[in-house]
Amino acid sequence: MSARDDFLASIRRSLGVKGNEAIRRQIVTERLERAPRGIVPARGQVSGEERIALFKTMAEASLATVTEVASPTEVPQSIALFLRNHNLPATLRMGDDPRLAAMPWTETTLEIAHGPSEGTDLNAVTHAFGGVAETGTVALVSGHENPSTLNFLPDNHIVVVSAKDIASDYESVWNRVRFAYGKGSMPRTVNWITGPSRSGDIEQTLLLGAHGPRRLHIVVVRD
Amino acid sequence: MTVHTTSPQFKQNATRALGDAQLQKALGNVKQGFIDKRQKAAEALPEFEALRDSARDIKNHTLEHLDLYLEAYEEKVTASGGHVHFARNAEDAREIILGICREAGAKTVTKGKSMISEEIGINHHLEAHGIRPVETDLGEYIIQLRNEMPSHIIAPAVHLNATQVEQDFRRVHRHLDAKRDLSEPVQLLTEARSVLRERFLAADVGITGANFLVAETGTSIIVTNEGNGDLTQILPKTHIVLASIEKLVPTLEDVSQLLRVLARSATGQELSVYTTFSTGPRRSGDADGPENYHVVILDNGRSSMLGTSFEEMLRCIRCGACMNHCPVYHAVGGHAYGWVYPGPMGAVLTPSLIGVDKAGHLPNASTFCGRCESVCPVRIPLPKLMRHWREREFERHLTPATVRSGLNLWGFFAKRPALYRLATRAAMGAMGLAGRRHGRFAWLPMAKGWTKHRDFPAPQGETFQARWQRERKDKTA
Ligand code: SF4
Repeated sequence: MSARDDFLASIRRSLGVKGNEAIRRQIVTERLERAPRGIVPARGQVSGEERIALFKTMAEASLATVTEVASPTEVPQSIALFLRNHNLPATLRMGDDPRLAAMPWTETTLEIAHGPSEGTDLNAVTHAFGGVAETGTVALVSGHENPSTLNFLPDNHIVVVSAKDIASDYESVWNRVRFAYGKGSMPRTVNWITGPSRSGDIEQTLLLGAHGPRRLHIVVVRD
Repeated sequence: MTVHTTSPQFKQNATRALGDAQLQKALGNVKQGFIDKRQKAAEALPEFEALRDSARDIKNHTLEHLDLYLEAYEEKVTASGGHVHFARNAEDAREIILGICREAGAKTVTKGKSMISEEIGINHHLEAHGIRPVETDLGEYIIQLRNEMPSHIIAPAVHLNATQVEQDFRRVHRHLDAKRDLSEPVQLLTEARSVLRERFLAADVGITGANFLVAETGTSIIVTNEGNGDLTQILPKTHIVLASIEKLVPTLEDVSQLLRVLARSATGQELSVYTTFSTGPRRSGDADGPENYHVVILDNGRSSMLGTSFEEMLRCIRCGACMNHCPVYHAVGGHAYGWVYPGPMGAVLTPSLIGVDKAGHLPNASTFCGRCESVCPVRIPLPKLMRHWREREFERHLTPATVRSGLNLWGFFAKRPALYRLATRAAMGAMGLAGRRHGRFAWLPMAKGWTKHRDFPAPQGETFQARWQRERKDKTA
């Protein structure tokens, strides 16, 4: 018996099953296929302005900062201003997301670098796949468009999210992931991020910037 | 069993803990911090109680079909380019992990927080074979420097004060200026951040635990606040996920239900800062991420809990709420429990994993106040399961002396007025709660309920006993 067979056999012995029972197999297949929703809190079930306002409130409660711009063309100026206001250097690293690439970065004095981070960048921007109003969470997917290292290595992480991609709940984000990648498939990494990095490990005192970014700044694009 | 246990000496451990002024001060942080935050978070979500039911049901459903969900999960991981390894026990798991590390030519391995890695004693095993494991969760890093075990499942260094951490950093970070100021916690954090940043970038393999595994997609999930787990898994060439069988859930919808109760129960956050879903290795065209993705699934005694009354313990999502609300934990801290898992969940799980002969005292380390059950997000009847252990101990015909020592332990708590008062107060609160909701708390009143069951263990029914006997035979066969 291989370790694997032995492993499964001992589970089956305890459960008192053989593993070939048609009913059990059918129950499992159906659940995986249908992926029924459980209880979805009413809190997020709002739309339009109300949903964006909830997203903002919840993100701020997680100690992120949020700003809104009317269109993608305003994003570079808004980010430049954020960095200036916090006395941060005018540098910014990003992947090759086409939505970011189409923005007028040359209208700012920002020094732009491309590609994944090697651990020395102060500032990075990534474009979110979506947001969740229920908890003020942004959802990011891995890829060359938005390398995952940009979400964790820089001191200041700026996330751009389109207002139309801010969903009520996690379940709606999963539906979009399934639509984009196929049912049962996932990008290598999906990151849900709710606020900047923190630790409470020293005397239960909340300290920001443990290993990940000290600041999380979200730019909501209304257009 | 590999990690050294002092569970048999629970009483001595507890006595020492009660007399340790530094520890008592640190434990004050548990009482103050966690309880209020959880309560506020629970109150802020009207659906919280219904979500707890939902979480319980999802876990029950998965456990009943665990063999099939494991097969489905394995298929998906393989399809996404990853590898699943099945480890029957700690030794299997250590050998598999060592093998992967050797194949990767690893010199250093970074580690995200994983209770299972403590359970299998992987750090010592890697060290013994010339590979350096580096804990990266701040609390785990601190206790690794001190060569200690975690004293709490989500706050491993909760037993320490900042001045102790400062002393450890000065002792170990010798390359830094001896005159530097470390008087503020934030200075300690900044120092750990920069020391560990170099380790992250240099590591050859990253080992993380998993809060959940999703059968639908072959995904492993880690939940952290620091971001250390992510740096552990995206920077090195090889990512190893170490998870036990009960981490499995069917779908992304199911895990979303569980995530809604996990952080709220643990730290009172709406959601932890980083919830990361990983599926397979780096894809073609990806700019970063691990090239190899391995999942080691550990049994280590858990499968024999299935089909018994202890199956309910396998619902545990390791939120720590039961210990945060436990008057015994508040009084003696986590190390007194003597093994990896402390508090009420440890008192039930530890005898299952290392044997009731070694951990038989732990189920007695309870005032039966019922607070743990009243806050458990997956509604594990912890007091009932502790009682079952005592009954089993009785039925296994352990010596009268051992049984008496259980009573001694009760006396030990009862004789300490402060602890007793605390426990009684907690019992009142829990009875009120339980009474309102379930209308049953016959077992809650402290001394009476306890001594009654101590003297006359209720029979557990033929099936359970028969199954236990059969499994014992299967194992020895
Ligand atoms: S037993 Fe319940 S309360 Fe305790 S850690 Fe597990 S899930 Fe949390």
